[in-house]
Amino acid sequence: MFDTSAPARKLVEVRDLKMHFPIYAGVFRKQVGEVKAVDGVSFDIFEGETLGLVGESGCGKSTCGRAILRLYDITDGSVVIDGVEIGHTPQSALRKIRPTMQMVFQDPQASLDPRMTVASIIGEPLMEHGNLSKAARLDRIYELMDAVGLNRNFANRYPHEFSGGQRQRIGIARALALNPKFIVCDEPIAALDVSIQAQVVNLLEGLQKKLGLTYLFISHDLSMVRHIADRVAVMYLGKVVELAPRDDIYATPKHPYTVALLSAVPDPDPNSEEVVERIILQGDVPSPSNPPEGCNFCTRCPNVLPICHHEEPKFEEVEPGRFVACHLFGDRKREASEEPETQ
Amino acid sequence: MPDGALPVLDVRDLKTVFKTRTGEVHAVNSVSFDLRPGELLGVVGESGSGKSVTMMSLIGLLPSPPAEVRAGQVLFDGRDLLLVDADELRAIRGARVGFIFQDPMTSLNPVFTVGFQLMEPLRTHMGMKKKQAAKRAAELLELVGIPDAAGRLDDFPHQFSGGMRQRVMIAMALACDPEVLIADEPTTALDVTIQAQILELVKDLRQKLGMAIVWITHDLGVIAGIADRVMVMYAGQVVEQAPVKELFGNPQHPYTRALLKTVPSVRGKRAENLHVIEGQPPVLGAAPTACPFRDRCPHVFERCERENPLRRPVGKGHDVACFWDAAIGGPAHV
Repeated sequence: MFDTSAPARKLVEVRDLKMHFPIYAGVFRKQVGEVKAVDGVSFDIFEGETLGLVGESGCGKSTCGRAILRLYDITDGSVVIDGVEIGHTPQSALRKIRPTMQMVFQDPQASLDPRMTVASIIGEPLMEHGNLSKAARLDRIYELMDAVGLNRNFANRYPHEFSGGQRQRIGIARALALNPKFIVCDEPIAALDVSIQAQVVNLLEGLQKKLGLTYLFISHDLSMVRHIADRVAVMYLGKVVELAPRDDIYATPKHPYTVALLSAVPDPDPNSEEVVERIILQGDVPSPSNPPEGCNFCTRCPNVLPICHHEEPKFEEVEPGRFVACHLFGDRKREASEEPETQ
Repeated sequence: MPDGALPVLDVRDLKTVFKTRTGEVHAVNSVSFDLRPGELLGVVGESGSGKSVTMMSLIGLLPSPPAEVRAGQVLFDGRDLLLVDADELRAIRGARVGFIFQDPMTSLNPVFTVGFQLMEPLRTHMGMKKKQAAKRAAELLELVGIPDAAGRLDDFPHQFSGGMRQRVMIAMALACDPEVLIADEPTTALDVTIQAQILELVKDLRQKLGMAIVWITHDLGVIAGIADRVMVMYAGQVVEQAPVKELFGNPQHPYTRALLKTVPSVRGKRAENLHVIEGQPPVLGAAPTACPFRDRCPHVFERCERENPLRRPVGKGHDVACFWDAAIGGPAHV
């Protein structure tokens, strides 16, 4: 964590990011609609912090992470990483900037080439982007393996010879190879067992402290995010509904979706489970190809107001550092509460 | 749950082995437990701890080869399910013992309607006519909280969302009013808000129908909220077993204690450091002759290398397989 007296530098600035995927249908493969996977997302990530991005499956959190690294050609919006606008840079020019931004993927089984040895997996980015001699490259590979806690003697083994947690370590070493500033971790622990999850999270935290890394940590596991993140953004149906410092959001969630999401997480304590008042959301998440009019959450919201069905709430700062997109808060709060509830 | 009641399911010394090209895998090693009427037994453990294989061995759901149930007894209604013939087992499976699987998409057949699949057990096991079965199927869908139940019988699985599909699976398992329901990670594939819906539904159904449930999961939070009694598995063995509050309040086995510490919570105080269990679970190449947790255990001593501990009682309904005594902080007198 950083000193709060000095204003931290923004390393990543995302403004109104949109990623829409076209839907083609019929004999002529005509475009009949689009899936609005990410629909107008804005946030900053400060240097040296971890921003947790949480949400349920299909809310667009992974797409958002990939779009920020420009693994997609984004529909609209701007992304600035380390002072460079990369939102609409052609892929060929992006290649030169890639060393500063890296990614750790969810499934270590699928993101490592089964035909490559550990040394060649970790060494590949060094070959692509550096001009180290063979000996220097091997030294760097060993250094990286030490850093992530892999035994040097296993450098010539293949991914299938490792367990899930160790494979994730290989993926992390590969991401670290080019000394990046910013790493997107896309559900890095979702495929692992609880006891192994803690090992990987501690490794990520240790590396952050040592190397001054900045993380975007994408996860659906709210309890792990509470542990690793400094600030947390909650996504629902392609939009960020709430963004706040970690302790605030877990202690006093504001957006009704955040409140329901946190109350739905089971607590590993039978005594608190007996007394907890759970908000059970009715129904399912609407389709991102046909989101509801007004607020995206109005179909399931327990505190819905008439205004929610026709006007989309703005994502605004309601308290210093706390952003919410909801009619219950912000400028419109009074007007909205004066309207009688008719539902 | 009456304490002295006769168990509905009584499993003794179950051993299951998989034969693979590279040798044997001893997935389940001498697992014993019982299930009392109306109780919900939670089974926790990491992947590969043998929790699913144990339950599938009970009712002959494992393909053989490669699986082989080597030893043990599974007493259900006075009979040993490991000895009864295939036809008899078929009559029990689905009718008197229901099963809910983890992934509702792969366990429903995509080419048949949900109504057809729901009516199948009713027609085979209960001998119902088509009309009668359709009526009962609609009732079942309503029971699990699917709106417009009768109208959705003709829909295919892909027309349901993940949470709704899991409700269909539950309806199917409940179709013939089973005495025992085995639920294998039924909420793992679901989102938290949908998981909360399903957990509420199961609590509600238990009160209405009163069957005994075995609930397999790796999520200690789910177990804390739903189970009466918990069994912790590690490396194909039961390492600890206790009533839910006792297990969370007074865990004895070093593995259980470490596991409880590794799970962060979203409520209460935030722990600064995440507890880690170092190392990996063992490879189960042979039947264990020593404690399977010894390489990762902070309290390991010389005896753990020589013997595999048996379960010993440590409290009311609480037993643990460990030579180390958490109460005195040293070797136990066994």
